[in-house]
Order: sequence, then structure tokens, then C-alpha cells
Amino acid sequence: MKRYSVFAVAREAARYHSGWERAWRNPEPKAKYDVVIIGAGGHGLATAYHLGKRFGVKRVAIVEKGWLGGGNTGRNTTIIRSNYLQDPSAALYEKSRALYETMSQDLNYNVMFSPRGVIMLAQTHHEVRGYQRTAHANALQGVSTEFITPTRVKELVPIINIKGPRYPVLGGLWQARGGTARHDAVAWGYARACSDMGMDVIQQCEVTAIRRKDGKVVGVDTTRGAIDCEKLGIVVAGNSGHVAGLAGFRLPIESVALQALVSEPIKPCMDVVVMANTVHGYMSQSDKGEMVIGGGTDGYNNYTQRGSFHHIEETVRALIETFPMVSRLKMLRQWGGIVDVTGDRSPILSKTPVENVFINCGWGTGGFKATPGSGWAMAELIHKGHGPLTDDFGLNRFREGRFIDESVAAGVAH
Amino acid sequence: MSKRHSTGGRLLNREKALHFTFNGQKFSGYEGDTLASSLLANDQMLVGRSFKYHRPRGVVAAGAEEPNGLVNMGEGGRFEPNQRVTTTELFDGLTARSQNHWPSLEFDIGVVNSRLARFLPAGFYYKMFIHPRPFWKYIYEPFIRQSAGLGQAPKEPDADTYEHFYHFCDLLIIGGGIAGLQAAKTAAKSGARVMLIEQTGHWGGRAVVDGGMVDGDPVDNYVEQTVAELAALDNVTLRTRMMGAGVYDHGYVLGYEQLRDHLPGSMGPRHRLWRIRAGHIVTATGAIERPLSFAGNDVPGVTLAAAVRDYLVNYGVSIGQRTVVVTNNDDAYRTAFALHDAGLSVPAILDARTGLGKTDMRERAEARGITVMAGHAVASVKGGKRVTGIAVCKQEGAGAVVQEIACDAVAMSGGWSPVVHLWSHCGGKLQWDADHAFFRPDADKAPTGDAGQPFVTVAGAANGALKLADILEDADAGARAAAAQIGHKIRKSKSPVAQREEEAPLEPVWLMPAEAEVKLRSKAWLDYQNDVKVSDVQLAAQEGFESVEHAKRYTTLGMATDQGKLSNINGLAILSDALGRPIPQTGTTTFRPPYTPISMGAIGGEARGEVFQPLRRTPMHDWHAAHGADWEPVGHWRRPYAFVRDGERLKDSVNREVLNTRRNLGLLDASTLGKIIVKGPDAPKFLDMMYTNMMSTLKPGKCRYGLMCSENGFLIDDGVVARLDEQTYLCHTTTGGAERIHQHMEEWLQTEWWDWQVYVANVTEQYAQVAVVGPNARRALEKLGGMDVSKEALGFMEWADGTLGGFKVRAYRISFSGELSYEIAVDASHGLALWEKLMEAGAAFGVMPYGTEALHILRAEKGFIMIGDETDGTVIPQDLGLDWAISKKKEDFLGKRAQARRHMTDPKRWKLVGLETLSGAVIPDGAYAIGEGTNANGQRNVIGRVTSTYYSPTLDRGIAMGLVLYGPDRMGEVISFPGTEGATFKARIVDPVFYDKEGEKQNV
Repeated sequence: MKRYSVFAVAREAARYHSGWERAWRNPEPKAKYDVVIIGAGGHGLATAYHLGKRFGVKRVAIVEKGWLGGGNTGRNTTIIRSNYLQDPSAALYEKSRALYETMSQDLNYNVMFSPRGVIMLAQTHHEVRGYQRTAHANALQGVSTEFITPTRVKELVPIINIKGPRYPVLGGLWQARGGTARHDAVAWGYARACSDMGMDVIQQCEVTAIRRKDGKVVGVDTTRGAIDCEKLGIVVAGNSGHVAGLAGFRLPIESVALQALVSEPIKPCMDVVVMANTVHGYMSQSDKGEMVIGGGTDGYNNYTQRGSFHHIEETVRALIETFPMVSRLKMLRQWGGIVDVTGDRSPILSKTPVENVFINCGWGTGGFKATPGSGWAMAELIHKGHGPLTDDFGLNRFREGRFIDESVAAGVAH
Repeated sequence: MSKRHSTGGRLLNREKALHFTFNGQKFSGYEGDTLASSLLANDQMLVGRSFKYHRPRGVVAAGAEEPNGLVNMGEGGRFEPNQRVTTTELFDGLTARSQNHWPSLEFDIGVVNSRLARFLPAGFYYKMFIHPRPFWKYIYEPFIRQSAGLGQAPKEPDADTYEHFYHFCDLLIIGGGIAGLQAAKTAAKSGARVMLIEQTGHWGGRAVVDGGMVDGDPVDNYVEQTVAELAALDNVTLRTRMMGAGVYDHGYVLGYEQLRDHLPGSMGPRHRLWRIRAGHIVTATGAIERPLSFAGNDVPGVTLAAAVRDYLVNYGVSIGQRTVVVTNNDDAYRTAFALHDAGLSVPAILDARTGLGKTDMRERAEARGITVMAGHAVASVKGGKRVTGIAVCKQEGAGAVVQEIACDAVAMSGGWSPVVHLWSHCGGKLQWDADHAFFRPDADKAPTGDAGQPFVTVAGAANGALKLADILEDADAGARAAAAQIGHKIRKSKSPVAQREEEAPLEPVWLMPAEAEVKLRSKAWLDYQNDVKVSDVQLAAQEGFESVEHAKRYTTLGMATDQGKLSNINGLAILSDALGRPIPQTGTTTFRPPYTPISMGAIGGEARGEVFQPLRRTPMHDWHAAHGADWEPVGHWRRPYAFVRDGERLKDSVNREVLNTRRNLGLLDASTLGKIIVKGPDAPKFLDMMYTNMMSTLKPGKCRYGLMCSENGFLIDDGVVARLDEQTYLCHTTTGGAERIHQHMEEWLQTEWWDWQVYVANVTEQYAQVAVVGPNARRALEKLGGMDVSKEALGFMEWADGTLGGFKVRAYRISFSGELSYEIAVDASHGLALWEKLMEAGAAFGVMPYGTEALHILRAEKGFIMIGDETDGTVIPQDLGLDWAISKKKEDFLGKRAQARRHMTDPKRWKLVGLETLSGAVIPDGAYAIGEGTNANGQRNVIGRVTSTYYSPTLDRGIAMGLVLYGPDRMGEVISFPGTEGATFKARIVDPVFYDKEGEKQNV
């Protein structure tokens, strides 16, 4: 693989960039792999990447029914934070956030991780107490966060109105090393690195059956032929229930559309990410200048990846109330993505009833931030059958009532 | 140069001059102008700078598809960035400034990016700025952000208002060109309720610019007559300046009406957002002309051929005085004719069609003395901020220059693309029409409604019918089909017939010249605003970004504010060619609402400031406000946090209220508490399922404190249930829980127990409720006079109907404070009067109102739990020592099975205790108690946490409740709570009831 650098770009410029090679190969499926990962989104690719990097497992195929990074990886609002309340979540998301710090260098691909800071506004006394609790928890979890005053909020976000007539800002939970990254680049960077390790990223390849023998997985049938494998990872947010069905088990998840939108681009006016849970909306400014805005999930289950309007209206209202200048911007584009939601709003990284089939799903509205950590942990789970970051996230927790409920700390989608 | 002619301009009112400024310079135009036409009339071709390379940009189109002409407009609270000059109607006093340059539009330092363009191809930033790591945050990213973005951020709050309308119609027709007009005319005959909307301020669309004859009359007359006919019909609603922004499921359409953008500062809302539910939708949204991809096609003065015509016919403005027309189709000839007929020079028509023979259009051109160069193309455009000439080459070949032509404008046409956005928003599919080289709606794959029926029909140019006669026929047929779809019949009638002009077929030309070398390809723009060139899309293909979505995201093609209206089809043709596969196999990217950007203000509507959300007010709200209420939002309610007296600090008010309630008498407005009536023969059975307690055995006249759990066993709400009669209960919920619990009950009734005879009704707002609390409570009520409120007549946990002070009331003997306490409910309309009467009667007994914070402290002193404090969705009643409220006799209740699960019965679950700091200080909210060592993930082990923590004025010390590992078995032990600011709080585990453990106070 040719390394990317300013020098490489200069060299190529001299010959009108005719020498750039493919970012990833476009291979035909082989008959057999050690591990097949279904789903070439961020999480699936990160899982394959860490299987190779951490455990030297490189006979890996990542099969994708559409195009890589085309699901929620390419639809989310790119917020990265780890200020979670519960210990298992904080461990997983903080691992992930730490991996983001060096991802551009690790992948030799600029994913534009921007640790610009994330504020979660507290606008009711109840929220103040909730975030103070999170700050206490984070301090003991090794996650650096701080509860800040309204004055400090205003310093960090000059365009905010902290004295709104209905929900004045009472403070905020501030994570200075949270931020954003370029979502597509995360998928592309991983795909390039996986391909470089000799793994096969196979797009336009839909899994139609999961073949089992004596309760163990032996391979998958795809629209591009049968592929045998020793182990199988299912990492297909938005389609998890369907693919689990192919393996003969059911999941405790519901799939709903999550709505997002962007404004037209404007010159820089907001340097941090702000989430306002009471009024229900969150916003950051992309490097391109668009205000990237997220809101809620539709109130009904479905699989159509398209926008609906009622949540957009609620979200935009919330943001106008929080940032009055938003009223004079225009909505450029809205869209929806399908998220898998579990009963406790925490993900599932688990063994399954089928031996050697592992599943990664249920990230709800917050999966992007977890991409590298999820891959790191999932690779260990697939390779060893367990791991400290995944042990609490097994499917059996629903049977045992051992929930990891994060809705406590964050009542809104993000 | 561009200039205004002394004649022409069908939309102008030359009687009325309008004055405006652009970059501080004073200009004038006429009523009827757009900002674009008036800038051009003043020879202001340069209007902005492109996004990435900061290239000079001129107006390229005349409508909503314009990618270049975006300006900062207005001042102060009416400032708005990225306003499109081609759709901005001119008004007197308009101020506009160009965007994305420094220090000025003419001299922009950022243009250095253009000089470096070779080093900044598609996706360059993924390959660069990787090292050293901190540089991205501190150097690279800030620089890129400054350079990107377009308009300035607004600084002041919006000075305008907005509103929402709801509308229902049988047929919604979007687009007021001749297709939309004809569709409306046909459909109106059915008697159906028809709405016709047009995004611009005038009817007729392109047809009135291009001319032609309908039923022997000029098309202008047809438009005028049809509008007049429609306006006279009762079943037709007409709206201009209203765009169909988005089509959503079930015939839901967003209409965006710009009421006062052309009349700023006048009374009334600026924009109106229409939320329309239509039985069927007809999109007659026309077509958009495509640019041609040749080197230098972004130089100001290179304009779409139809736009050149628009400016000339509608506004009497010519883009240039010597205009070369370059085309691959017949339509652009009309531009040449219009220019020639207006006395302007057209040195040549470069017709890229290689097989062009003797065509009608060619003959008409040559008859005018215009040179037609068949099979020729533009090799390159001369000029920087303005076209000065072109180099001509053969279309087939690599671009060898055969001739140079001096000119100051180029009118280009690469063919037309139907506007299929609205068709596609909700799932309508497209098919590739190879003859016309465009995607058109596939009528067999329409967006479908609840029963699988199509709910969108496309008519006219949007459906691929580009000629006048075809458009009218298609619109008539479309309207008939649409009406039939919703059960309306239209009698057969003659539809208008338009004169037919013969046109020679178009030849697709995606790159000019066909074999252009990389030097030319890297100067051939696809996306003007985002600076995406042919070479960029080819690079994307070369690097494996083969999916159209990958290529789009890698190059940013079509992601600018115009959303690729000009660039998408050209871009995907280049991509398809680079990949060696047919265009339909490449497909399009997804069309997302809105069609063009709509204001956030309109989306927000009226809801802002005080009325941002519904404000729920108790009947006593104004009294509270007049008596120093410091408000706390609780859901949509506002409740007094405390009543602050002059000169008092908030916390002193709280302490005063607590002490006075304990010693004398306090009044709490408890009206916000949820009140749900559950009624019916199966009500007892139903409540036995909803609550952990046994509610069926509760006697009428009695109250019981109940707990409600989710299916997963977690405590979700609590409150006092009163049995009103055999079949009727009144369930109190928490203030925040009223709607949620009502829905929760309905969900179970409607989905699981639909055959049970139970009704539930949320009557929260039907009653005002006052808690009369404190040792003097009974005396105060007795002073009011009326019903017997003695211990004997109304015991603890009983209720009774009666009168007090002349009010019909229901009195509940319940307590959330540990004091003698009554809650008095009256009809909401009597709430304020009762409250005032109680204040009056209580005066002799030291009455004071108290707020939510005193309420919290009173209950914490007494060890009562609070939903949301002691519970957080992970806590079961057993954790809180509430086993006594969980019936052991019932076969089932919601949460019962869940609470039997392994983790729920684990002795290691944290349990409720009281906590007393050794120092008397108040433990910080949310603090955790630490244990020994760390867990497998390196996190400090914890053994408990604080759930409620207050300064208790009664005990004059900090008190807290918390959940602690083996807590109830560790009474007297001291555990440590580190704060976040260095201090650690040591606290002793104690009983959670700090005040009146025996309950002597409340039960008197």
C-alpha cells in the first residue's frame, strides 16, 4: 500500500494524480475464510481490522450487501464522547475515544478526529443532578469530564442563549476531549487498512443464509456464492433482527428511524459540540461549515431509511430556542437512518445460541462514537470468546435482568 | 458586458425603480427584477467565490438550481447568509454582500487555493494533515474551517416571525408552469378540492419565455386565461411563492411559502410552512438544463443557454453582447435566435452533435446569418473574472484548437433533466431514457400509500415531456389518472392543442471534447460551488470509489447548497464512463428533502421564546408569580421552586418554608400531580396488574400508596390511589409521570387486555389540588368551615367528599412530608379562590406557601423516596426497602416475573439507606462511595451512591439517602464519597428516616 502523506500528494500532483492506486481491492469471494464478518460498516471493518492487528487473524472477509460505510456509518452526526454513566459503558466508550485520538496515524488515513469538546447542557434541576452524578462516576472511571457553570458554557459557545425564557441553562457536563470525526473517512480508512492486510472487503454481496452444522456455524450463502468460515461476526446495525433470523435466533431489539439534518454551510461560529437533552436536540459545525443537527427517533418501528418530518420540527425548534441565530439559517438536507434499540439502550456484543457466531448490535442512536472501541472489543470476543470490555454486554443480561441502563443519563438520541 | 436593454422584460415594471446595494455600491433595478437580473443589468457579473478554490463565480442559471449566486443579505435581525440571487425578488433598500472571500470579492487571498488546485484534488485531506498529531486540532482544522463555509453566521436573534398552516386537499399540484396549470384545469372539472402551488411569484414557467401557440393563441394568453379560470373556481386554491419542499409518507407534503421575503419589515409572518395532507399529488416541477463539461466552463459569463433567454425575455437583460452558443441539442438554438432577434451578436453556434445534418433549427439559424459549427466544441474558455473568448475544437478528438472566437458570454446546453426530486423523496423510482439522456420517473414504481396505491403522479417536463404540445397532453392525462386514483371521474373533454416544432434528437455529450486530456479535464467543472471537476470524479473511480454514493462523498459532488441540481447527472455520467458501465447501472444518489433549502425559522414556526413549548399553568400560577415564585420547569409545567421574599436568598427561602411547614402551616400547589381516573367492571383487576400492590381489596373511601413497575421490574412511578366506588379509582401519579403513565395504561389496555372493561382518563387539569400541611392544618380547615376533618371522620389514608369554605371539595388525608396533611381537590376553576381562602384562613396559623425544593427536603427528612431521585430506571422496589408494597398474594403484576430474575434477587444489589456526614456537611449530588481497588477495566470499584442529598433545616445538618452495597446490614459503618473537587465526604450509614421515625406527626 502506498502511504499517504503531503509528499505523496505533491509527487502525484506532478503527474496529475495518475499514480494513485485503489484505496481497497475489489476481490472475488474465496471459498473459505477463518472469519467472515457480515457488514462493512464502521463497526464491522473495525472488528476485522483489530482481528488482524491484535491477533494476527488475517484470513478474513467482510461482506456487505450494499456499499461499505453506507448505513449508519455514513448517516450519523459524528459525535464522539465517552461521558457515560455506567461502568461498562464508560469503559467501552472511553477505549473507543482513546483509539480515535490516534486513528489517523494508525490507519495512515486522515479521519479528521477533532477533539473540540462536547457539552451536554443541564436545563432542569433534575438534569443538573444527573450530570453531577455522571461527573462523579466519570472521575472514578478515568474519564475526564467536568460539570461547568452557565458562564463557562457561554464562553465556550458564544452563539448560545443561556437565558432562554423556558429552560435557562443551569450548567453543563463538559468533556474537553470529546468531539467529532469524518464518518466516511473512518469506514474508508479501515477498509483500506483491512484490504492492505490481505483481508477481502466484498461489496454488493448479500448474505442469504447462514449455514450451520451441529449447532455450529460452517459458512454463509451469499448473492456471490457460498463462503465457508470458522467463525462468523454479525455487525449489521439496522438489519440485525433480519440477519440473526438467518442464523435461527431472535434479538431483543426494535428498529426505528433516527432523524438528522444539516444547514447550509456558513463560516465558523461554533467550535464545540452541544447537546441539549431537555429541549431535545444537538448540534455541531462540520469542517465544511454546515450545522449538523440531530434529533429524535420516530415513534414507530420501521426499516425505511428516510426522513420524516415531525421530529425535524421538534429538533429545529429546540435549536432555535438554544441558538437563536439558527432561525436565519436554512435546512439543506434531512435524512434518516435505522437504529437498533435494546431494552436498556446499551449495545449487545455477544456470543449467540449458534456456536462461533457472534453478534454486535443494539447501539441505538450512539454507535459512531464507539466504532474503534467496538471493533477492538469485538475482535477479542471473536478471537477469545470473552473479554473485559464485552463481558457485561452479553445477550444473557436480558435474561438475568442485568441491564446497563444509560437512558438515566441521556434521555435523547445522539 | 452584461446590460439592460431599453425594451423587453415581460416581468418588469419600468415605472417603478428600486434601489439596492451590493458590497456597499449603490445600484438600481425595477420592480419585477430578481437580485440576479438587476446585478446583471448593472454589469455585475462577478457575484461570489467558490467553496474550495475561491474561484471567481458569476451567475450561471436563472432559477432555484443556481449554485454560484449566493450572498449575505440584510442587516441585523434580518441578516441571512447564502441567499440565492436568482430567486430573490428585488425590493427597495435591499443590501447584499458577496461571500467567501477576503479581503474583497475582486481580490481574494483564498484564490491561492486555485493556484494550488493540482495539489488539492478530490479527497486530498484524507491523505494529508496526518502528522504531527496535535496539528489537526490546532493548525490544520482551524485553517480549513476558516477557508470553508460560505456566508457569515447571523449574529442577532431573528426579527421576523413564522407560522404553520395545515391544509387538506384531494389533489395537490406542485408547479405552476403550463403542465401544472393544465393539470389543475383538468382536475378541477372533477369537483375535487385542488391546490396548485408555484415556487416563483408568477405563473407559466418556461413556456412563456419560450413562446409557442396553444389553440392558435400565444401561450401567454393561455396562461393568463387558465389562471383566471382557476381563480374563479371554488374548489381550487392557488398559491404563488410557495414551493413543494418535500413529499413524505401517506401523501404528506411540506409547502414552503415565502410571504414577505420581497416585502421585508412589513406586518405579518415572513414564511409560512404548510403541512398538507393530499389524497394524491401531481408534481409538475419542470426540468433543469444541464451545463456542458469543458475547460473553463466556470468562468463568469458562461451561462446556461435557457437562463440567457430568461434574462433577456423576462428582464430585458443580456449577459453578453457577443455570445457563443454551445449545445448538443436543438433547444439552445432558441437562445441564439432570441439574442439575434434582440440585435445582439451570436458569432457561432457550436453544435457538438457529430451527426448533425440539415435540421430545421440549423436552417433557421443560418437564415439569420448565424454560423453553425456542427461537430464542434469548446476547447477552452479565455478570461479570468469574465469570459473574453473561446478556443474551438472538434468534439471528437483531444482538443486541438481549430479556431478562436472573441466573445463575452457563452450560452451552454447539455440537454435537460426532469426535476424528479419530489417523486423520489418517498421512494418513487427512476428509469434511464437513453434517447433523451435523462432519468425520468418510472410510472410503474411510484411512491405507494397504505394500500400499495401510488400517491404521486408526474406531469409535463418533470415526466420527460419537453415540448409544449407533449407537456399539455401529458398534464391532461396525468390529471385524469391522478383524479381517478382517488375516485374522481372526469368527463371526456377536449384538451388544448399546441403547435408542434420539429426538433432533431439530442446527442449525449458528457465531456467536451470527447477525448479531452487531463489538463482540460482538470479545468472542466461539474459542481461549481464545491469545485468538483471531471478529473476529480475520474480520480474517485480510479481509487475505487465506485458506488455513486462513494464518489459523491469522496469528491463532494452534489453536496453543495444546490444539492447537485446542475451537477449530479453530468457527474454520474463521467463516473459511469470511468468505470466502463452504463449510466442506469451506476444509478443516482438519493434525493432528500427539501427541494431547495428552507428556513429553520419556518420549520420552527410560532413556537419560540415563551411559547417554545406549551406552557401549562395551574389555576394558581399567577398568584405564585405575584408572590415571588422562583420557577422551576417540570415537564411543560412551571412550579414554584420557592417563594422568595424581598431581600431573601433562595436557599433561605427554602429553609424558611421547610421550618414553617414543620412548625406551623404550609400550602403547596399540588395541582400538577397526575390524576388518572380508572373506571369499569375490570378496573380492580386492571390496577392489580398495573401496581405491585393489591388494589382490588382497597375499600371505597380509602387511599393506598402504590408502586408501578415496568415489565422489566423497574420502578417507574408511585402515588396515592383512592378508590372512589366499586368500579372507580383515582390514581395519583408524579407530576412528570402523568402523561407517560396514562399512555402506559392505554398501551396495555389497547394491546394486551383489549377485552377488559376499563376506561382510563387523564383528569390532571380538571382539578386544582392544594396540600395543606403542618401541625395547624386541621385548624385552618376547620376555620374555613364545612365538612368534618377530624381524625375520627377522616382518618389517615382516607378521603371524603364535602364542602370547605363553601367549595365543593374532595379531601384526601395523605402526607408526603410526615406532617398532619390534607390534600384538597376542587374543580380547577375554583382553584385560585380556594387557595386564596386558605391563605386567608391560615393567616392566624402562620401559613406560608412552599415550593418544590421545600417539598423535596420535607420528604427526604422523612425518608420518602422520590421517583427520579431514588429511582433512575435501574432500581426495583426491593432496592428501596419497599417490599411491603409488593403483594405476595397476587398471581401476577407488571414486573413480577422480571423481579424474579437472577440479577434482581442478587444480594449484592445496592439498597437504600440514610447517610449522615460526620462533619454535618452536605454530600455533593451524585457522589459515589468508593470501595477497594479497581475492576477489570481499570475503573475504581464503587460500593454505593448518593440519591438525594440536602441541608436539613429541621436537623441543621446535611442528610442524604443513597443506595449502598449490603447497606441495611451495615448500619453505623462509615463510607467515603470523593467529591469532584478534591474533598472527600465521610458518611455514616443510618436509617433513611431522619424525622419522626414513629410517624406520630402525620397520624394525629
